[in-house]
Amino acid sequence: MKLTRTNIECRQAVELVSDYLDGLLSRTNRRTLERHLSKCDGCTEYVRQMRVTIELTGKVEPDDLEPSTLDGLVDLFQQYQADRDRD
Amino acid sequence: MDDAELLRRLLSGDQQAFADIVRRHHATLVRVARVYVGSYSTAEDVAQETWMAVVRGIERFEQRSSFKTWLLRICVNRARSIGTREHRSVPVDPTESTTAVDGSRFGENGMWTTPPRSFTDLVDGRVANELVIATIRRTISELPEPARAVVTLRDVEGLSTTEVADLLGLSEANVRVVLHRGRAKVRAALDEIDEGGNQ
Repeated sequence: MKLTRTNIECRQAVELVSDYLDGLLSRTNRRTLERHLSKCDGCTEYVRQMRVTIELTGKVEPDDLEPSTLDGLVDLFQQYQADRDRD
Repeated sequence: MDDAELLRRLLSGDQQAFADIVRRHHATLVRVARVYVGSYSTAEDVAQETWMAVVRGIERFEQRSSFKTWLLRICVNRARSIGTREHRSVPVDPTESTTAVDGSRFGENGMWTTPPRSFTDLVDGRVANELVIATIRRTISELPEPARAVVTLRDVEGLSTTEVADLLGLSEANVRVVLHRGRAKVRAALDEIDEGGNQ
């Protein structure tokens, strides 16, 4: 998003937060956002919310694997090892 | 035990190491494959074929990339070739009108009418962790493609934006937009959990 003004609305600020937290904003946009954050408690809280969201998403474990799928794969692995050792 | 250690054992034919590494990454493979193929069961097949390719090709893994990136690349290549056969392309709709926050939260001046609440109750135990994680998991599973894969790879699996773009064949700019929307949906879902732990 290219910002044309140095002062932005909250509505525009929230669109920058994901890139901001990943360190991917251009220098100009980062400065504009940080200037806005310095005087906006709502958007500062929004940044905190997003930080917590990303942190919590990192705690999601992959879904459990069906035991039968795992057994099938391990069987194939054994089979392959056996074939290779025979060759 | 990290992937490098499991890999060392796998190379020596350790069956337990293979089971551990499958357990660790299988769900991710299915989710990534699902971006390209039409059904969950086909995605499951792709994931299983990926493992067989790993078993056959593990000696050729040169460790220039991480094991996970190598694994995901095999999976994406397979899924993509099947996806192409199914004549199914990956939709990235640039016209999809989604904003990070529902417009009703802002007044005519573009400023918050209802400012965001604090999320501290989500991390200090006032809201059960199981509910928080279940909410995130459900929201990600309901994301449109490729947002589901992007959020999974970036925020669940911790790959970089560049790696995600490379794996999914999207531009980095696209990944950033999709990720931004996906994260905003997860945030909005968490915002709906109240302090009593109700949704």
